[in-house]
Amino acid sequence: MKPSPFTYHDPQSVAETAAILSEVEDCRLLAGGQSLMPMMNFRFVQPSNLVDLNGVRELAFVREDAGRIAFGAMTRQRTLERSAGLRESCPIIPLALSHVGHRQTRARGTIGGSLCHFDPSAELCNLAALHEAELVLARRGGERALPFAEFGVGYLTTAVEPDEFLREVRFRRWPQGHGYAFEEFAMRHGDFAICAISCLVTLAPSGAVDDIAIAVSGVGAVPFRLGEAEASARGERPGHDLYRALATAASKVEAMSDSYVSAGYRQHLARILTYRAVKSAVENAGMRAAA
Amino acid sequence: MGVRMFGASVKRKEDPAFLSGKGRYVDDIVLPNMAYAAFVRSPFGHARINGIDKSAALAVPGVLAVLAYDDLPETLKERPLPLFVQVAALSQPKMPYTLAVDEVRYVGEPVAVVVAESRYIAEDAAALVDVDYEPLPAVADCLAALAPGAPPVHAGSDNNVAARMPSKIGDVEAAFAGAPHIFKERIFQHRGGAFFMECRGAIGSYDPVLNSLLMYISSQGAHRIKRGLLDLFDLGDHQIRVVTPDVGGGFGPKGSLYVEYPAVAACSMLLGRPVKWIEDRRENFVATHQERDQYWDVEIAVDGNAKILGVRGTMTHDNGAYTPWGIVLPWISVATVPGPYVVPAFHIDMISVLTNKVPATPVRGAGRPQAVVVMERLMDRVALELGLDPAEVRRRNFIQPEQMPYKVGLIFRDGRPVTYDSGDYPACQAAALDAIGYEGFRARQEKARQEGRYIGIGIGNAVEGTGLGPYEGATVRVATNGRLVVYTGATPQGQSHKTTLAQIAADHFGVGIDDISVETSDTATISLGVGSFAARTAVNAGSSVHLAATKVAEKIKLVAADMLEVSPDDLELKDGFVHVKGVEEVRKSFREVAVKAIGMPGFSMAGGLEPGLEHTAYFTPDQSTYANGTTVTEVEVDIETGRVKILRLVLAHDCGRVINPLVVDGQIVGGVAHGVGNALYERLVYDDEGQPLSTNFGEYLLPLAADVPRVEIVHQETPSPLNPLGIKGAGEGGTIPTTASVIGAIEDALSPFGVRIAEAPISPQRIVELLGEAALGRTR
Repeated sequence: MKPSPFTYHDPQSVAETAAILSEVEDCRLLAGGQSLMPMMNFRFVQPSNLVDLNGVRELAFVREDAGRIAFGAMTRQRTLERSAGLRESCPIIPLALSHVGHRQTRARGTIGGSLCHFDPSAELCNLAALHEAELVLARRGGERALPFAEFGVGYLTTAVEPDEFLREVRFRRWPQGHGYAFEEFAMRHGDFAICAISCLVTLAPSGAVDDIAIAVSGVGAVPFRLGEAEASARGERPGHDLYRALATAASKVEAMSDSYVSAGYRQHLARILTYRAVKSAVENAGMRAAA
Repeated sequence: MGVRMFGASVKRKEDPAFLSGKGRYVDDIVLPNMAYAAFVRSPFGHARINGIDKSAALAVPGVLAVLAYDDLPETLKERPLPLFVQVAALSQPKMPYTLAVDEVRYVGEPVAVVVAESRYIAEDAAALVDVDYEPLPAVADCLAALAPGAPPVHAGSDNNVAARMPSKIGDVEAAFAGAPHIFKERIFQHRGGAFFMECRGAIGSYDPVLNSLLMYISSQGAHRIKRGLLDLFDLGDHQIRVVTPDVGGGFGPKGSLYVEYPAVAACSMLLGRPVKWIEDRRENFVATHQERDQYWDVEIAVDGNAKILGVRGTMTHDNGAYTPWGIVLPWISVATVPGPYVVPAFHIDMISVLTNKVPATPVRGAGRPQAVVVMERLMDRVALELGLDPAEVRRRNFIQPEQMPYKVGLIFRDGRPVTYDSGDYPACQAAALDAIGYEGFRARQEKARQEGRYIGIGIGNAVEGTGLGPYEGATVRVATNGRLVVYTGATPQGQSHKTTLAQIAADHFGVGIDDISVETSDTATISLGVGSFAARTAVNAGSSVHLAATKVAEKIKLVAADMLEVSPDDLELKDGFVHVKGVEEVRKSFREVAVKAIGMPGFSMAGGLEPGLEHTAYFTPDQSTYANGTTVTEVEVDIETGRVKILRLVLAHDCGRVINPLVVDGQIVGGVAHGVGNALYERLVYDDEGQPLSTNFGEYLLPLAADVPRVEIVHQETPSPLNPLGIKGAGEGGTIPTTASVIGAIEDALSPFGVRIAEAPISPQRIVELLGEAALGRTR
């Protein structure tokens, strides 16, 4: 378990990174290294060039404005988890991050690294789907912004071109007092999620659902939203019938199977966890609104 | 001193070094001019090798050698690895050659070895060794391997049966013929591997001037590895020395002789340089022995009072491609089934089956946890069918203490009849039930169900043959500077031998444990050794230390008596001196006595004594001594997700006289972690072609710290009459009854839904499948 030979690059700025990527071929970007380093040690990936982003300080930041929250790609997961600001404005982020690996891996792991690795069970990919993220990809001489739906191409595959890198991620910001829940099932704490369901909700003064977002990860090849079910829930009174209807919708999604977990069990968990997530989000929306 | 060391909870001598990073494992040993090896391993479950092209690998700068079978020394080409445990029932003994000859039979089997200036280069070059494989049909499942027309695991064999062996007590046909109740179960069990923290590793260092080989190997016994190397190389006893330094976990599989060891030795001989190979984790998943699958088809006959009349059935065991431990593992499984219960009639046919997988050899518990699962599933079935309390069914069937010694009627793998020497099984279960509050449990269970929570309780009872022979020796010596040392072939892998063996010796000399060095597992220091496995070290090495220390202490008194002109009976030992009782100033130091005892050059020995203050003893037990234990576990099951949470776990156990309660507690807690893993997490998945799919710790799940419950331990001490210290083994007692207890608790929790569990491990997904519609819970 030793990596094959590679050339190591150590850029200190976004411009320098872009320049290197425009020049070298067969390259991998090193962010937190919590997936890439094991994959290199296993020789599952054998890049000729490794570009280490850890020296690029300008890629680590959190900026909030009225409509959205922007994260630098190299912002550590542990920073997001412990951010007092996010705990106020976007409490589902620290909540979901508590499921990501272990404290030691979160200290190194980054938001951009997780999104670019694009593991279908990754909590941060789930959150990106939930918040209709916009991803800013930089290259020498320019950049482009992609909606999350176009960023993820397939299983472990993104639309990032070989000479591009993720610079910034922007999440839609939900109003103060929104309800939130993150329900995950993994074999052990910190394991890859077999299924995770996130939910954000706002309630109208009547108590009916005003807006709702539900994202599913671990189940399909890419994380996705329950768009139709969300639409049908808007304007409905929360309660057992609504939760059950959403759970039933979640149980009908297409699911992966592998040597350990069947598609049927993933669908079953999607059902169970959707019920729990929506119920929990609605309940804390009520409490947060009252408070 | 005066404070008795035996029985005291003293802190481990080993800890300061380990906790401050000063442990010395094989990989910490760096010899001058050392080179590094990497193995080329089969990617196929079964294939013929039509050719090996080493040229690209040899062309890599820094590569020193590439060896395939044809390049091995002549003796390694002639001789497969020796089989140490041949028995008549083993009809197809199969042992590998150091490197594959022309056929590979499991994924991970070594085909070639590359030696280079660094491990990085060796791995780069290993990827360039071009092996021309012709895939052959493979068979991975042991039932499939028995089917007519199954492909042979070894090309050219008629069938895949490694061994068949019946185990019988009484007349089982008669017992079943008139039985009022017969219940049948088909139980699948899977145990994973050992997954010690420190993977295997070996350094071969050949000295061409002396024509001698020194090997450092992370093992469970240096002497057996030396014996294997003596068989494989034409070298004399004085030309091979094997040393096992600190070891980071063994649990059984490190006790085997592996092909990598002679391969590394051969590389060193060829190059005249030390060669190191350290197993990486991926190799560990494919090349270190595992335990794996057993299919049990069993039935139990009971009378109207739930008393056992007989047990019968078959057990099919997945042996893997070679038979390094013969039939030891499945034999232990079958012989453990009766456990603490009176089983008047018994007949289980064991079939050990070759498969295209890495060999299966004992892992902590060594086939016993499976036997306990079988027997306890049957006991729970009887309780369910007859409407009795599960604890009561067990009570009615326990062997009573007054029946000791109790002949079970089977032959154990030590070659002796299974004869339980001592123990109080009813009291052990009672103590465990009392500790967990079994009396009040049903009321708590009912209350929880009203709240929509499903809790359950399960019982596992086990009897375990420990302290297996033939022997383990100890030399106790007082050096001429007065310092005490114990040499033994016992090989600690985390069991605290250096502490416990020092405790046993210390009381004889009136010193503390830090005044005694315990030197383990070096073939140059003691001539015979067996190694540490099968919960045998405290019994064998401990007794030997006791016997040898007794002799040396007597001799100190004899020599000092002459020096002080008193009777030996008037002397006692304390703090490095021998003094006249009651007159501590009249004394001689151990140093003075030791110097006297070796004599002066050219002068005659006084008093006709043998020279030296040392003695070597080899305690040889007549038979195994039987420890016992009860695990009672309380779980909660989330019926919607299938998640199992262990709420409480009590383990009552009896390992005879306890040398160090702190050490025994540590063994039990670690053992329970293994049992929990075997119940809920650990699973080695293979595809139909024998391709391992669990090759890292993301796929193979060990219980993490948060998944292992706090273990509530109850100690009982029934001394063994079979050794001078009354000891029984304690290394596996935490594991053996635990899996059965957890499985039983899950079934009990799900009893409102009529779920029966006949497998281990069990996953949340499987629980949901068994629950069916009920798992929809609130979402229905």
